[in-house]
Amino acid sequence: MKKTLACSVAATMLLALAACSTPSTDPTGAATDAPTASAGAIKIGATGPLTGGAAIYGQAARNGAQIAVDEINAKGGVQLALNYQDDEHDAEKAVNAYHTLKDWGMQISLGSVTSTPAIATSAENFTDHIFALTPSASSVAVTEGKNNVFQMCFADPNQGSASAQYIADQKLGTKIAVIYKNDDVYSSGIFDTFKTKAAELGLDIVSTTTFTEDSQQDFSVQISDAKSKGADLIFLPIYYTPASLILQQAQSVDYSPKYFGVDGMDGILTLEGFNTSLAEGVMLLTPFNADATDSLTTSFVQKYQSAYGEIPNQFAADGYDCIYAIYQAIVAGNITASMTNAEINDILVAQFTSMTFDGLTGADMTWDASGQVSKAPKGMVITDGAYVGMD
Amino acid sequence: MSFLSHLISGISLGSIYAIIALGYTMVYGIAKMLNFAHGDVIMVGAYSCFFLMSRFHLPVIVGVVAAMLVCTLLGVTIERLAYKPLRAAPALAVLITAIGVSYFLQNAALLLWTSNPKVFPSIAGNTSIKLLGGQLSISPTALLSIASCIVIMVALTWFTSSTRMGKAMRACSEDKGAAQLMGINVNVTISMVFAIGSALAAIAGILLCSAYPTLTPTTGSMPGIKAFTAAVFGGIGSIPGAMIGGILLGIIEIFGKAYISTQLSDAIVFLVLIIVLLVRPAGILGKTVQEKV
Repeated sequence: MKKTLACSVAATMLLALAACSTPSTDPTGAATDAPTASAGAIKIGATGPLTGGAAIYGQAARNGAQIAVDEINAKGGVQLALNYQDDEHDAEKAVNAYHTLKDWGMQISLGSVTSTPAIATSAENFTDHIFALTPSASSVAVTEGKNNVFQMCFADPNQGSASAQYIADQKLGTKIAVIYKNDDVYSSGIFDTFKTKAAELGLDIVSTTTFTEDSQQDFSVQISDAKSKGADLIFLPIYYTPASLILQQAQSVDYSPKYFGVDGMDGILTLEGFNTSLAEGVMLLTPFNADATDSLTTSFVQKYQSAYGEIPNQFAADGYDCIYAIYQAIVAGNITASMTNAEINDILVAQFTSMTFDGLTGADMTWDASGQVSKAPKGMVITDGAYVGMD
Repeated sequence: MSFLSHLISGISLGSIYAIIALGYTMVYGIAKMLNFAHGDVIMVGAYSCFFLMSRFHLPVIVGVVAAMLVCTLLGVTIERLAYKPLRAAPALAVLITAIGVSYFLQNAALLLWTSNPKVFPSIAGNTSIKLLGGQLSISPTALLSIASCIVIMVALTWFTSSTRMGKAMRACSEDKGAAQLMGINVNVTISMVFAIGSALAAIAGILLCSAYPTLTPTTGSMPGIKAFTAAVFGGIGSIPGAMIGGILLGIIEIFGKAYISTQLSDAIVFLVLIIVLLVRPAGILGKTVQEKV
C-alpha cells in the first residue's frame, strides 16, 4: 500500500514536471506548436527562453516575430512559417532545440534570443549553412568567425562605447560609478568597452563594483562605495531586475545620482509592483521606443497590445524587425521554399551585406561582413513613468 | 560610520539567513534529512503574501499570517506525500526526493505566476531611521528582520525546552526508537517540525522580499543554499548554532564585499566555511556524537 502511494506520488510529480516543461501548455504558445503553414511556406526556426528566468525576453521576441509573420502571410505572395522552441536560456537545451528545428525542416534561423545559448546555436548555424539573424543576442562571440550569422541588436562593445560617447557629449556626469554583473558576458562585455572609451574621452570612473547571479540581492556595499566616492552618475550595464533593486536601495540611503542604463534596462517600467517614481530621470540607450508616434510603431504597438495584452518591449520590436529584414532579403533575392538551405544561405548573406533596412528599431540599418548591425542608438529618459527621447 | 552601516546590513541579512537556517536545522535534527525544498517554501510564502497584499489589499498582518498558514500546509503536505513514505529508505533517496520537490515547486511557480519578476511591497515602510546626525541611516526592514530573528530564537528555545511537544521533539532527535517506546508519536512530532519550519520559512520569505523586493520563482533557491551553509557552519541540528551561523555568514558576506572585493564575496564566504569545518568538523556549536558499535 505504502509502495503504491509512493509510486503514484512520484508519477504525479513527474507528470506535473513534464507539463511544466512542455511549452505547448503555454496559453499564448501558438507559435511553439509546429505551425500548420501551407506547403510552399519558407520555414523559419528559432530558439529562445520561453520559460525560466529570462522568459520575458524569449516570449517578447517570439510574439513580435509572430506578428510580422502573420502580417506577411496575410499579404499573399511569400509565405512564412515560424517555429519557436524553448531553450530556457541554456546552451545545451538550445542546441537540442536547434536539432528539433532541423528535423522540422528549418531553412532560415533566427538564432537564439539570449547570448549564452546563441553562442552555441550560431556555431551549428555556421556548420550547417543555415542563415541566422538573431534578434537580441548581443555578444560579439555570437557572430565572430561565422559569415552567415547576423545581429539585429547592437553588439555589446557598441553599446559600451556609445554609452560613454553619449555621457561625454551630453556632459551628463563628471564622476562615474559602474556596477556590473561580472559573471555575465553581456554585462562585462559592455563594461570593458565602456571603460576603454571613457578613458579615451577623459571621463572619470571613480568606483567600479560588481555582483554575480548568486549575489544580486544586496547592493548596500556597491551603493555606499559609489556614494562615498562622490559619484554623480551610475552606469548600469545590467538587466532591469537587479537595476530596480539598486534604485530602491540607493533611495533608502538618500543617495540620488543620475542613472544611465543600456538596453537591458528596458522593462523596468513594466515590472509588476515597481514604484516607477524611483526610475524617474533614469536614462538609457535603447533602439526602440513604444511611445514613438510614427505609423510603423503605433500599428505594431496596437497589434501587440491586442494580441498579448501588454506594451511591447525592445525584444518584441527586434523579433518583428528580424522577420521583416529576412522578408525584404527573400523578396529581393527571389528565394523560394524549394531551394536548399545552402542556396538560401548564400543569397541571404549576399543580400544582408548589401541591403539597407528600415524597421522599428532604427532607420537605414546596414550590416557588414562581420554580422554586426550599424544603426543609431536612441537616448531615452524616463519622464512621468514613460520613455521620452532625449535628443 | 560606513563600518557601522555595513555591520547593520550584515546582521540584518544574517538574521534572514538565520530564520531560514532554523528550518533546515530543525528538520535535520529530527528527521536526519536535508530538506532542499525549504528554499522554495520561502518563495511560496513570499508569493502568497504578495498576492494577498497587492491583489486583495489585505493589511500586512493578515498577509503574513495567511502566508504562514499556506506554508505550514504546504510543508506538512510535502512531508506527508514525499518524505514520509521514504522514512525507511536510504538517506540518499530522501535527499534526491527533496531536490525533486524543490524543482517541482519552482516549476509549478513558473506555471502559476510566470517568470516575470514582481516587486514586493515593503511591509515595514520606507522611512529609514537616522542616527548620529543623519550619518547613519537604518532601514526599518533591517530592524524588523533583526527583531523577528531574536523573537523567534527566544520562542523556539522556550518551546523546545519547556513544552511537551518540544520535549518530544528533542527525544525524537536523540533516538526515534526509544522515543516511540516511551509513547511519543514520532510521525506527529515530525509533522510538527515541518509545520514550524515552514511557518518560519514564510516569515523569512516575507522579510527577504521586503529587504530585496524582486520576487521570482527562483527567489528562494540561493538564500536557501546560503542558509543551509549557515546551518552547517553553526552546527547542523543545533538551534542556537543556526542563529549564530546565519548572522556570521551575513556579516562575512557584507564585510567581504566591502573591504576585500565585490568580485570575491561568495568565494570568501565559502572559504571561511571550509576553514571552520576543517577546525571544527561539526560546526561552531555542533556536537560530535560518538557512534556506538
